Amino acid sequence: MNLEGLVAQLLAMAVALVGAPLLTGWVNQCRAWLQNRSAPPLTMPFRTMHKLFWKESVIAHDASPIFRVAPYIVFGCMLLASLIIPTLSTNLPMATAADAIALVGLFGVARLFISLAAMDIGTSFGTMGARREMLVGFLAEPAFLMVVFTASLISSSTSLATTVSTLAHREFAILPSLAFAGLAFMMVSLAENARVPVDNPATHLELTMIHEALILEYSGRHLALIEWAASLKLFAYSCAGLAIFFPWGIAEANDHVALLWALPALAVKLAIGGLALAAIETMLAKMRIFRVPEFLATAFLLGVLALLVHLLLGA
Amino acid sequence: MTPLTGQIINLFASVLLLIAFAMLAQRRIVTLINLFAIQGLALVGSTLTVAWATGQHHLYWSAGITFVLKVVALPLILHRLIRRLNVKWDIETLINIPTMMLVGIVLVVFSFNLALPISQFSQSIARATLGIALACVLMSFLMMITRSKAVPQVIGFLAMENGLFFAATSATYGMPMVVELGIALDVLVGMVILGVFMFQIREQFDSLDIHHLEQLKED
Repeated sequence: MNLEGLVAQLLAMAVALVGAPLLTGWVNQCRAWLQNRSAPPLTMPFRTMHKLFWKESVIAHDASPIFRVAPYIVFGCMLLASLIIPTLSTNLPMATAADAIALVGLFGVARLFISLAAMDIGTSFGTMGARREMLVGFLAEPAFLMVVFTASLISSSTSLATTVSTLAHREFAILPSLAFAGLAFMMVSLAENARVPVDNPATHLELTMIHEALILEYSGRHLALIEWAASLKLFAYSCAGLAIFFPWGIAEANDHVALLWALPALAVKLAIGGLALAAIETMLAKMRIFRVPEFLATAFLLGVLALLVHLLLGA
Repeated sequence: MTPLTGQIINLFASVLLLIAFAMLAQRRIVTLINLFAIQGLALVGSTLTVAWATGQHHLYWSAGITFVLKVVALPLILHRLIRRLNVKWDIETLINIPTMMLVGIVLVVFSFNLALPISQFSQSIARATLGIALACVLMSFLMMITRSKAVPQVIGFLAMENGLFFAATSATYGMPMVVELGIALDVLVGMVILGVFMFQIREQFDSLDIHHLEQLKED
């Protein structure tokens, strides 16, 4: 591990920790503008987290240790995930620790623990939320894997850093497989991040909520950590999508000037991505929960098609 | 990497495949007809690209015929037909839609494998897309099998013709002009006859569900 890699890695961590709540704030702001509401300030997630960190954390009497450790595990998983994904530079020492398949596994571990914690208290909402979360998760995971496999086949490596540097340097070619994979990835990330067609992040309506039902029992610093982890997840997914499908502007190893430019490039890409997400959320209506399998089956289908098209046409 | 024209043909082929899946999963008849029109447009695009890349002038003609017939005329006729039959509502499929998509994926894998040895003998620049053309044909078959109403079955039939046409252009740079004109006329006439059929079916049974046809048996 050389010094430069270490610097790039630490920078990526700092950007993830600060950038994730900002991204969430930006999406909320865009959504408010598009819906003709007055927007909350960009730093609203920070203020909420600050408020929550200073509040007392109330825990039910019969909560098991799982309930207490779950927020830390979830936060750790999301942080590790955003360290593996090349946000600014492809020269990441941590990237050798886990490849894209392990990344999917990391999200799986986080989902498992948050669902266990939700069922731990024994309230009906928590159980219902956990079941729905697992339903969405087990359908979204294969679709995500198909997207990962397509990108890996094109670049012949499952390591995200290698994939991104290969994709950034190939000569221009129309790749229908990447277009299909991109669509599938978009659908998966909408489902995984509890966004509008699948779940509404702004509601506490009993019958429709998924993510909010899971974290209903958390308060204080635990809730703050989980909120932070949720925004880190959105950040990780956005960065993964941007890195695979729009890999321009990410710095290579031993390229110090590009590392300086990578941060503004990332900020611009994330701003556009956040605006697109807000637009999607404003235009679409939330689906019935029984339509979600169909939505995710479509994502899986697109992922498989991308794989098949790549294998058959070599494109 | 294949040259740019090959890539464009591959792109159109992928769009055709995607639309075949979308048609398989679509519940609304109006959207189904629009998808059929878009599929025709993708077909025109790929035919024009092949024509331009290979200098085969008769392909321009067949692209023109395809455009007039499958992008303009047939969707218009179908739209008029469903307006007069008043069948804009959702279609029930015999199998649920996620299962149908999985069956569709199996069909795609099957036809890709089937087309692989055939396309090795072809010299055409678009030979790799033969598998996709075959998959489109098989999926239109599947659509005709799994839909119980008459209008989606007719659309499936027309989409199958799209797949066949694409197979012809991608494998052998199209059929002779006479054959192509004959098929085009056949499709048009078939459409008119099937339209008359649909009116008759509805007259007889007050529904377009073709299961009622089983009652026609004499005993």
